[in-house]
Amino acid sequence: MVVTKSIPDFSLSPHIDQVGVEERAKRFTTRSIKNETKINGLKLALNMIDLTTLEGKDTDGKVKQLCYKAQHLHDAYPGLPTVAAVCVYPSMVKVAKKALGNSGIKVASVSTAFPSGQAPRDVKIRDTKFAVSEGADEIDMVISRGKFHMGEYNFVYDEIAAVKEACGNARLKVILETGELVTYDKVRRASDIAMYAGADFIKTSTGKISPAATMPVTLVMLEAIRDFYYKTGKKIAMKPAGGISKAKLALHYLVMLNEVLGEEWMNNEWFRFGASSLANDILMQLMKQKTGVYQSADYFSVD
Amino acid sequence: MAKAIKNNTIKLKFDSARNLAPAPESKSAATIKDRYELFINGEFQKPLSKKYFASINPATEEKLSEVAEANTADVNKAVEAARTAYEKVWKKTSPKERAKYIYRIARMVQERARELAIIETLDGGKPIRESRDFDVPTAANHFFYYAGWADKLEYAFPNRNAQPLGVAGQIIPWNFPLLMAAWKIAPALATGNTVVLKPAEGTPLTALKLAEIIQEADLPPGVVNIITGAGETGAAIVNHPDINKIAFTGSTNVGKIIQKAIAGTNKKATLELGGKAANIIFEDAPIDQAVEGVINGIFFNQGHVCCAGSRLFVQESVAKVVIQKLKDRMESLIVGDPMDKNTDIGAINSKEQLGIINNYLAIGQKEGAEMYQSSCAIPKKGYFCRPTIFTGVAQSSRIAQEEIFGPVLTIQTFRTEDEVIEKANNTPFGLSAGVWTDKGSKIFNMTTKLRAGVVWANTYNKFDPTSPFGGYKESGYGREGGLHGLSAYVDIV
Repeated sequence: MVVTKSIPDFSLSPHIDQVGVEERAKRFTTRSIKNETKINGLKLALNMIDLTTLEGKDTDGKVKQLCYKAQHLHDAYPGLPTVAAVCVYPSMVKVAKKALGNSGIKVASVSTAFPSGQAPRDVKIRDTKFAVSEGADEIDMVISRGKFHMGEYNFVYDEIAAVKEACGNARLKVILETGELVTYDKVRRASDIAMYAGADFIKTSTGKISPAATMPVTLVMLEAIRDFYYKTGKKIAMKPAGGISKAKLALHYLVMLNEVLGEEWMNNEWFRFGASSLANDILMQLMKQKTGVYQSADYFSVD
Repeated sequence: MAKAIKNNTIKLKFDSARNLAPAPESKSAATIKDRYELFINGEFQKPLSKKYFASINPATEEKLSEVAEANTADVNKAVEAARTAYEKVWKKTSPKERAKYIYRIARMVQERARELAIIETLDGGKPIRESRDFDVPTAANHFFYYAGWADKLEYAFPNRNAQPLGVAGQIIPWNFPLLMAAWKIAPALATGNTVVLKPAEGTPLTALKLAEIIQEADLPPGVVNIITGAGETGAAIVNHPDINKIAFTGSTNVGKIIQKAIAGTNKKATLELGGKAANIIFEDAPIDQAVEGVINGIFFNQGHVCCAGSRLFVQESVAKVVIQKLKDRMESLIVGDPMDKNTDIGAINSKEQLGIINNYLAIGQKEGAEMYQSSCAIPKKGYFCRPTIFTGVAQSSRIAQEEIFGPVLTIQTFRTEDEVIEKANNTPFGLSAGVWTDKGSKIFNMTTKLRAGVVWANTYNKFDPTSPFGGYKESGYGREGGLHGLSAYVDIV
């Protein structure tokens, strides 16, 4: 017998009070993270980074250098963890896969006509299958925001489900592009659609649209994950992306994650930062904790 | 396949919010003298009573300082100083000049914000996060706001002549010591009255710090007098024949005593008393924000808030999920050292109050309500109480009827709007209420029918100097704050 999961009416997703959620998000930033907790938090954040390059001008050389950085963040500080994944376009997956070898660092690939998603479904499926066949461990897809705004939730749902099927064993991250959804109500609704349709991760942004990730948006999504977990018993991972470039902000996100979802989510299987410049700021803070002084930015490699 | 792929996932200890490394605020940023005298006529004077009593840090049970106990003779001296200052100086001071003094006090409160916050936390047990982010800045705001009114009274009361009352006797509680002093002193000074203020005996230190600020601000001697003592000192102020107005914030019982004492006299009064506010969640509410609002409504300042949302009414269809979310959120609250910047819930203000709260916890269980407390550890020393909720509470339960004044929430369910309005209003109190719904029309319907001085919609415990505050029924009368707050200190002729 086939057990079908009942699909809720997404127009009934919980409503979000803008003032309330922004106030709550702000409160996390008043937590004072010191000493050992700070060092642990910074290392954890490093380990949660999806080091990203998503440019039209990306080359093999650029991707290889980024992959080396992913494995050797700052050799002057022994014992550092690696990042969680390297995130590239499908055409760069093979290069990245080879460069990362057996380091354990995942290769994530954007797909489905990233970043706009304005392509027919069969193109999106082929894009995804190509990335997976090249060796991608994770797929970052974008939802059809236009259809979402038109209220065609079934279309969005079916598309995510189809891409999930095309992913095979690769984990699927569903990018909502919250900057284009605008309201928290819509972020919540899109999160629910993505999770019920089979997302392994829900992700805020492509990084190509401003605003990208913010704490209140991430909070709305974390609460959606919690509600989904209570309803279905299934854990969903979270990835805020874009706009998180400072170590202190990353710590605020960890505090939020910890207080909303708890310690089970406090690792890179269940939480990621989509960021490129965040790593160096964290490294700088770690070196400061170690040596007591700040070093010049030129001591940290730029990739 | 050749080599096994490494696992690059690390797990580090950031695991529990309660295991965060300590982040204590430094005590050395504040000076507390070993002994404080009475602030009368611009000077710190030894009490005629020759008696002193200790002020205790409720988080450590250690003595912080000792303060003078004013007897009737001391009160007489203070009232005389206030009367003389009123007749000879303050009444004749131009409104603009009065404003300058009040602005000066406001700025000095801001300049010494850190010190005031530390002392407030040491003396009262409230978390430094609250005294730093709420008590002290809001106190400064009240001075700023009323300073602005001082030379604009003709606009506050158009075509009328607003005259000061004379000497105001002000008695304030222990839950927001500095803020309540600001609420009382600022409008009195702006309207041209002089003041004799008595802080609560358990938490006198920030008011005495404010006395130092007032002295430094060069306010004419006698305009503000701050005297310390317990109930008898308060009674001497209330009964003093040369006082024109009593402003009291505190318990309903004491409010009734004051009401009796001033009956048949010419004294005016404003009383801001107890409360047992209903916080109402409808099924169409933004649930996560409502839960956060309930948490802030009851656990803010350990629940020592007269307008605390201590009775939660949840529509039955969402009761289960709301209670689950409340419990989750309670688990992430950090209870402990009030001086730690990460503490959410500090120490209960006094041993006596802790006894009262614990007694209600016992009553609630005896009444058959189901008690749930957060699982956090609490410090061995000091007066602490875990955040607590009671489910299965009836309208006739004592814990739902009487003011507990602690971190204790009762939860009742309801089915219809009419039912919840009836139950919410079915209390001798009427200070505040909260409504959570996404539907605007429902908010307006509720706010017109709830018999409470303040009704918050989709938020809770928000305060602003421009907004009037006060109660219905046994929660007292008169309004403080805003334009309304001025009329409590003037005679309209």
